[in-house]
Amino acid sequence: MTGRHKRPRLAVWKFASCDGCQLSLLDCEDEILALAEAVDIAYFPEATRSEISGHYDISLVEGSITTAHDAVRIQEVRRRSTKLIVIGACATSGGIQALRNFSDVKEYTRIVYARPDYIETLATSTPISDHVRVDFELRGCPINKHQLVEVLGAFLVGRRPATPAHSVCVECKLKGNACVMVAHDAPCLGPVTHAGCGALCPSYNRGCYGCFGPKETPNAPALSAKLSELGMDQRALARLYSTFNANADAFRQESERHDQDGQG
Amino acid sequence: MTKTVKVDVLARVEGEGGLKVTIRDGVVRSAELNIFEPPRFFEAFLRGRDFSEAPDIVARICGICPVAYQMSAVHALENIHGVTLSPQLRALRRLLYCGEWIESHVLHIYMLHAPDFLGYAGGVEMARDHGDLVRQGLQLKKVGNEILNFLGGREIHPINVRVGGFHRAPRKKEFAPLAERLKWARDAALATVHWAGTLEFPERERDYTFVALRHDQEYPFNEGRIVSNRGLDISADDYDKHFEEIHVPQSTALHSRFRDTGAAYLVGPLARYSLNFDRLSPLAQEAARAAGLERTCRNPYRSIIVRAVETLYAVDEALRVIEAYEEPDRSFVAIEPRKGEGCAATEAPRGLLYHRYRLEKDGTIAEAQIVPPTSQNQASVEEDLVEFIGGFLDLPEEALRHRCEQTVRNYDPCISCATHFLRLDIDRG
Repeated sequence: MTGRHKRPRLAVWKFASCDGCQLSLLDCEDEILALAEAVDIAYFPEATRSEISGHYDISLVEGSITTAHDAVRIQEVRRRSTKLIVIGACATSGGIQALRNFSDVKEYTRIVYARPDYIETLATSTPISDHVRVDFELRGCPINKHQLVEVLGAFLVGRRPATPAHSVCVECKLKGNACVMVAHDAPCLGPVTHAGCGALCPSYNRGCYGCFGPKETPNAPALSAKLSELGMDQRALARLYSTFNANADAFRQESERHDQDGQG
Repeated sequence: MTKTVKVDVLARVEGEGGLKVTIRDGVVRSAELNIFEPPRFFEAFLRGRDFSEAPDIVARICGICPVAYQMSAVHALENIHGVTLSPQLRALRRLLYCGEWIESHVLHIYMLHAPDFLGYAGGVEMARDHGDLVRQGLQLKKVGNEILNFLGGREIHPINVRVGGFHRAPRKKEFAPLAERLKWARDAALATVHWAGTLEFPERERDYTFVALRHDQEYPFNEGRIVSNRGLDISADDYDKHFEEIHVPQSTALHSRFRDTGAAYLVGPLARYSLNFDRLSPLAQEAARAAGLERTCRNPYRSIIVRAVETLYAVDEALRVIEAYEEPDRSFVAIEPRKGEGCAATEAPRGLLYHRYRLEKDGTIAEAQIVPPTSQNQASVEEDLVEFIGGFLDLPEEALRHRCEQTVRNYDPCISCATHFLRLDIDRG
């Protein structure tokens, strides 16, 4: 194991999340052992007990900030990381947990927990970039594991990752899919949603539901007008934008525009 | 003897939590599994959503077993509407569940649990000395993920499940490449059962109350009565009458117990296997026996063999479903929303997963209740620690701490599901 200390050190951190995005690393069945040769997996509690303390060359951060404790912990993670890459909708936008941002979190606590007094939580779920500087954001709920390999590879050799910010529509065209909105009148967020999934939902006869959050320069009001023509009412429109990237600016604003009763 | 041992993060579990073992005068007095995962409010998020949104929302509870959440949700919601699926669609749901059992079980067997037996910090470290073994595990896990990819659209948070069926049903001919991979996987799964049987296990048993689904003909995934080895035999509709969730301090998860006696119970592979051995395929039964298992398994350290047997069964069953598959006329049953309340329990890789929903007449969710397997097993994990760890107190400190961790990992706990931070405190007074 000579020279091991020279390999970059990788750490994987979890905040409020479902574990799915860090699981994507273990789902790289064909690449994980090669990756483990290229880097020292220095901190990854989901996968290993071993822990190398100190500084990390690359930190992958999953999850959103929902507790006072985590708001402090992320500062420590940033201090100990040369490059900090955030992965997944929770880390890039606050995730589904951000639905609380538009409601009364005390009421939520009462609904779920018998003893709300045992529960400590913040009123909001916020992306990592609200708390510390981040070096790269990889979108998705969950992330695409092939994009994760691309991002890690790019950082290891010092180039810019190729993760296009165009819409899911472009991916449908590249794949040769018939447009589900044109052909089947299916409501689809593809025109405003960030690429990365490979146009999955339209490939399975359903409209995109926005897992990767807003694309660059989205025109959500124009899409909503079309969706209204297809028969979606205001409440359904408000909900459509308010799921796994509810707190991402373009989706939040569009949801609020249609939200008449404040229910999101 | 006065001593304190601490492990800040329990590794190789999904999520984070804390463990405190209190020892007085050489006797384990208590063990508390404390879950500090930031609270996640799924049951509240579901209120006010349309019932059709539930499968996509509940999937986000867990990245490791999203199919389980989707399956319990769609069955509960279909029960409200009195919908029954065609045999073809029902078989596709079994196939999807097979994919999740394979990827989840194999991840635990090879990457999370095996390192405890072979003495490594993790699967990647283990691969340096046992490269072929780990590669076999990764490829077997990949086959599970290939089922999820093919039928679900992706491994994590599949997109093809809907209330009433699937958005798209595959064509018969599309299965061919997957079937070829599954034939390889059957051999690999069989080899996994044999290998797991050669590991060394602490001789520890407890007289658990096992709780699992039981079906007339099948090893249970989506349907069946909720039964126990002590005479329980109920429909999921009566789950709340027999089980209750208790909120303990220092935890963002809820503990489940029997409502009448307050007793703990066990769900998951050990319970499923012991209550349904006769429903396993002949191949899986034979492999189990050859690996040294009896029809009932009360040693939780041996759960690694049981998971391997269930993996073999899932591969076998996936092949059966694919061979018998006939393309359905429609990929889903259309549903007109109605007011009502409905429940369902299905078998997540980690055990019984109960959902209950109440709907308004326009299909809006008025109330949702979700009881994940890890909350149901928490009391049992603590009892295992109290009962088993006493016999290990003469171990050196690091080995004892490791044994405590292994005892928790026997359960493949999904702390993200149960809600997170596993910290181990051993308090020797």
